[in-house]
Amino acid sequence: MSGDRPGSIEAGPILEVRDLAVSFRTERGLVRAVDGVSLTLGEREILSIVGESGSGKTLTVLAVMGLIRDPNAIVEGSIRFRGRELVGLPDGEMRRVRGGAIAMIFQNPMTALTPVYAIGRQIAEQVRAHRPLSRRAAARRAIELIEAVGIPNPAGAAQRFPHELSGGMRQRAVIAMALSCDPALLLADEPTTALDVTVQAQILDLVRKLRADFGSSVILITHNMGVVAEIADRVAVMYAGRIVERAETAALFREPRHPYTLGLLGSIPPLEGARPRRLPAIPGTPPSPFAIPEGCPFGPRCRWREAACAVRPELVAEGGHETACILTKEARAAARAQSLAVTAGAA
Amino acid sequence: MLFVLVGISATVFLIFFATPGADPAARIAGRNATPETVAAVRKEFGLDKPLPVQYAMMMDHLLVTQDLTSFVNRGEKIVPEIVEAAPVTLSLVLGAAVIWVVFGVVVGLVAAAFKDTLIDRGLMVGSLIGVSMPVFWLGEVVNLLTQSRLHGTFFFAWVPALGYVPLRQSPLGWFAALVLPWITLAVLYIGIYGRVLRANLIEALNEDYIRTARAKGLSDWQVLTRHALRCSLISFVTMFGLDFGALVGGGALLTEVVFGLQGVGALTYRALEDLDLPMIMATVIYASFFVVVSNAAVDILYAAIDPRVRER
Repeated sequence: MSGDRPGSIEAGPILEVRDLAVSFRTERGLVRAVDGVSLTLGEREILSIVGESGSGKTLTVLAVMGLIRDPNAIVEGSIRFRGRELVGLPDGEMRRVRGGAIAMIFQNPMTALTPVYAIGRQIAEQVRAHRPLSRRAAARRAIELIEAVGIPNPAGAAQRFPHELSGGMRQRAVIAMALSCDPALLLADEPTTALDVTVQAQILDLVRKLRADFGSSVILITHNMGVVAEIADRVAVMYAGRIVERAETAALFREPRHPYTLGLLGSIPPLEGARPRRLPAIPGTPPSPFAIPEGCPFGPRCRWREAACAVRPELVAEGGHETACILTKEARAAARAQSLAVTAGAA
Repeated sequence: MLFVLVGISATVFLIFFATPGADPAARIAGRNATPETVAAVRKEFGLDKPLPVQYAMMMDHLLVTQDLTSFVNRGEKIVPEIVEAAPVTLSLVLGAAVIWVVFGVVVGLVAAAFKDTLIDRGLMVGSLIGVSMPVFWLGEVVNLLTQSRLHGTFFFAWVPALGYVPLRQSPLGWFAALVLPWITLAVLYIGIYGRVLRANLIEALNEDYIRTARAKGLSDWQVLTRHALRCSLISFVTMFGLDFGALVGGGALLTEVVFGLQGVGALTYRALEDLDLPMIMATVIYASFFVVVSNAAVDILYAAIDPRVRER
């Protein structure tokens, strides 16, 4: 893909998702929650997926993990991890990948750990699920990992139960667990959402350190544009189950193209100038997966809608910056100016 | 705990004296006794004293001097009767408890693992049948088959005659005499425990930590037995504490009566039939003692199962 940075093309992508679709059989017919998502992730790359709740970002990474277990769910398309197809892989083989080469961090550290086991034991369990280590060696490894994620007094902390740790410490424990088998790919589903801001920054540092020390690639799901700006190499914006814009982080912030992205960025309080009385919000609500509009799914909420929006726009690349929108370059510039004027004008 | 025991015994005592037609003096004196005889008996047994005094006297005889005698069979001492009956009940309930815990856990786990498949449905229908079968009926059917109809066949020729064989006398005989009562008693509880555990497991399987456990690369069975089961055991253990205590205290009376086991339950049964107050008092106190003890044991078990309980 043209959006990849030169370095990652040479190394070959670690993850290639093609036309991923996740649908659910329901009483009201087939519902497409993820609709034709394609992604490429290079070695050591941090890709951020942003979007509102229900935009399909979590389902996309769950599909990569092979963790969509709803018997009514249908996963289609192709997910290649280091060239190996994961869709349709028998569960036994998928299990070897899951938690080993691909690991996941979940959103809520308060509930993500089994309450009845000490964290050291939970980490050691994962180590032993993938490596032929003795109980004692796994326990030692768990303590090393706990130390690596910056929990003080690692040997003592290993004996602690989840309820004895703070949210930030629990998230560190979850990360230690995810790192236990040196994953090449880490999927982080809103790892900082449930934490307070100072802890958020520490966790992001940890993710960055992880790439530096272990050379892992990361997909980080968030709806926090601040987190994106902080950490991501590239950003994919998802809306109603599809990617509507994708670019390198700097390019996306400098020159957002899709009206939805404009809306997302417009709802961040500006750092300079007068304080707006009211932050602009995107009008309307995301479409229900039962009633995704024909044509551009964002159309009904879009200020710049035209007749041409009745046809669903494809993701089109333009200098490594992909957008699924019919607006021309000039129209986009105008929209951007307009959007910024709203933010400023609200002051 | 002492408070609970005193409360229960006092309540039973008062209920007994409030029961019409239960006048112990009249019963002791016999059917055609003259009023004078009844009055004499009443005086002799101290039944003319105020109720609190009577209660204190009875407790004194029961617990301190341990020479409380039956109102119905004169001269029959209560305490040795219970001491003799206790091992019978204990053998019956312990064996049944082992069976129902093992099978209850297996049924719950397998049903949860195969949720919504034929295996799950079959197990749930089976346990519903188990729960619905009255134990006295099931016991009689078992007896009918193994003692008479099929006793001649190869399968049940080993079944001994009804009754209890002390463990010290013959371990094998003890086992043979008890294995059918065990199963009969356990069937009901396997059904209940299996269903409750299945429901708790399925609830636990929706928790976030289960997804974490799956993401670690554990197999479904490992996730189920290591993570979901441990967190689902609280209500299982609570139920077990109550049921086990009640059964050891004589709650298995139907099973005991049907299988001719002279346990605490059978004693209670007889005492109730005869309205034999001292015996009722003794068995009730004995029963409540076990209920209280096993609930205390459950509280300790909680702490072992769930570290969150420990500090409180």
